[in-house]
Amino acid sequence: MTDASANTATGLYATDAHIRKRNAAEKRFRLYGLAAVCVGILALIVLMTSILGNGVSAFRQTYVTLNIELLEAKLDKNGNRNIDDIKKVSTFGYAPLIQAGVEAAMAENGIEIEGLTGKQAGGIISKEAAAQLRNFVIANPDAIGTTVEFDVLANAQIDGYFKGRVDRADAELLKTVSPVQLDLSDALLEAGVLRTKFNTAFITAPDASDNRPEAAGLGVAILGSFYMMIVVLVLALPIGVAASIYLEEFAPKNRWTDLIEVNISNLAAVPSIVFGILGLAIFINFAGLPQSAPIVGGLVLTLMTLPTIIIATRAALKAVPPSIRDAALGVGASKMQAVFHHVLPLAAPGILTGTIIGLAQALGETAPLLLIGMVAFVREYPAGPPEGFFDPASALPVQVYNWTQRADAALVERASGAIIVLLVFLLIMNVAAIILRRRFERRW
Amino acid sequence: MNDMRILERDVDANKVKISAQNCDVYYGDTHAIKDVSVDISDRTVTAFIGPSGCGKSTFLRCLNRMNDTIDVCRVTGDIRLDDQNIYDSRVDPVQLRAKVGMVFQKPNPFPKSIYDNVAYGPRIHGLARNKADLDEIVEKALRRGAIWDEVKDRLHAPGTGLSGGQQQRLCIARAVATEPEVLLMDEPCSALDPIATLQVEELIDELRRDYSVVIVTHSMQQAARVSQKTAFFHLGSLVEYGETGQIFTNPKDERTESYITGRIG
Ligand SMILES: Nc1ncnc2c1ncn2[C@@H]1O[C@H](COP(=O)(O)OP(=O)(O)OP(=O)(O)O)[C@@H](O)[C@H]1O
Ligand SMILES: [Mg+2]
Repeated sequence: MTDASANTATGLYATDAHIRKRNAAEKRFRLYGLAAVCVGILALIVLMTSILGNGVSAFRQTYVTLNIELLEAKLDKNGNRNIDDIKKVSTFGYAPLIQAGVEAAMAENGIEIEGLTGKQAGGIISKEAAAQLRNFVIANPDAIGTTVEFDVLANAQIDGYFKGRVDRADAELLKTVSPVQLDLSDALLEAGVLRTKFNTAFITAPDASDNRPEAAGLGVAILGSFYMMIVVLVLALPIGVAASIYLEEFAPKNRWTDLIEVNISNLAAVPSIVFGILGLAIFINFAGLPQSAPIVGGLVLTLMTLPTIIIATRAALKAVPPSIRDAALGVGASKMQAVFHHVLPLAAPGILTGTIIGLAQALGETAPLLLIGMVAFVREYPAGPPEGFFDPASALPVQVYNWTQRADAALVERASGAIIVLLVFLLIMNVAAIILRRRFERRW
Repeated sequence: MNDMRILERDVDANKVKISAQNCDVYYGDTHAIKDVSVDISDRTVTAFIGPSGCGKSTFLRCLNRMNDTIDVCRVTGDIRLDDQNIYDSRVDPVQLRAKVGMVFQKPNPFPKSIYDNVAYGPRIHGLARNKADLDEIVEKALRRGAIWDEVKDRLHAPGTGLSGGQQQRLCIARAVATEPEVLLMDEPCSALDPIATLQVEELIDELRRDYSVVIVTHSMQQAARVSQKTAFFHLGSLVEYGETGQIFTNPKDERTESYITGRIG
């Protein structure tokens, strides 16, 4: 019995100092790891809350519904509906109509605000509204002389008031908005004339100038980014995959291929702005392609994405077991047959993932695009493809940069909104990568 | 090994199918095969035996130029198939491999269906005129690979989902489906149970009627059972080559004797 108890002391249940130390070290390491993960998640949460907190409001916008009388005396003095004469009336000519519309709405709902001038009443409406009216009249000259209901944008300050960006204390100080205008807005809201609704124009409209930030949208930037992604996909994927297959499967392993390999890895590490300078020098100054065009942006981003795709593709090809190649060659397949029938299908998930990661990188890239002029203020939508590739356009990340530069709280809010749109696109691409990978992997 | 019947096994004086003369193989600086000369007869099973790492696989891979795929590998010497130098610059190695099929040491089915695994070779060589033809070729090959009964109900299941032994027989079926003239088998039975081994050995014996078969094996009994000629390799050199009966009962070289009696290996 004494023997047995002595045994337990050194048996499986006993722990000596060495084992305790080892266990403590393992426990410590696990805690470090957990802490590292927590820090990462915390950073992500802070980032997301700040972006969402600032940006979600960009997706809502304050509109005012006005019945506006399109006075013939103002818009078509001759009364002959000559389109050229109608076009001569500038947006300034429409401002009084809008002011009259607001005043009419006030009268209709019995709103009276002390100290509110007619100009201030009209001032709660965005300057964009005049352009909206003018476009409507030019498109429908017959509407002149009638009263038409319009949904017009409220001024950015009024919009900001309802989103909590502007308060009464600000209004006392600001020149662009006065407390009486806020009173009017409150009254109009109560009357149901003024509403805040989902802001589709933010996704579809082009950028707008500094004095009407409420009208600024991402339409041109999204289209520009989309065109560039098409260029990148069409160029970088086939070139990258072909280059990788050649290097991995066919090229002799010698000093030249080593050199190429080193260069490709280096290329992946080159700062993106360098690619911008390259693009400026080659595609714009030398090849004479237009500035700000998606084709140039796409070419520059292709150069940037190629190394990523090549490295990912080569890794995917390397991961295919050599025994598969042997098997194919062993039954008398040529090298190309072995690669295309057996190796490539197995590498496809990896190639796809690499390509989409490359595309996502390209989608978020800003610096090289600044250099090739994509930061220009573009209000015209690019045409449909293929001509559209040569029209000036913006890009999503550049639009973010652009809006944050323009020191207007309304635009900063929109910049955060644009970041959300960008993140949503990236999310969609990553989900697509995962789905595609699953799809291909299911074919064992 | 003590089975005396192997003595009585007749060895046809068939014509030489593959003739290797003064063959050397280098992996970079490693000299893996040293001056090996072997004549492999048609319609005969030739066994390569020898301790691990002695170069059996390496030499086997020379015979269908599979070593071409290894960058560091260099082959010198003269290897002739039907009196044509297979390392001649005019020879297309792909065509050569269609004639000289191979079963690898590790089973390596394609990650495709069982049917597609076997049908792949006939498809790329255009051996089948239509679907019915192809079905027939696949069935015949799977029967010869002694695996038909196990897979006939799941031809469209993945080949990689089979057990190791089944995978190896699938690979054998895949190799015979292209109707090669020579079949190189690198330890085809190392992953098989005794019953499947017996089936494969029967297959090898049957293949001998039309083809020349070269088999690498670690099982002396197997070499004695299936082969008519045996080559003993040691440290990259061919020590002894002769009729199987003679090698196993009356080896000339003492290294051969030590190996087959289990003293070196
Ligand atoms: N790809 C290679 N690169 C470099 N050396 C190799 C390569 N393949 C084989 N060798 C070397 O060549 C020699 C012979 O190898 P081989 O595979 O032919 O042996 P083996 O007789 O088939 O052995 P086993 O019975 O274990 O399969 C070994 O020393 C091995 O290390
Ligand atoms: Mg071997």
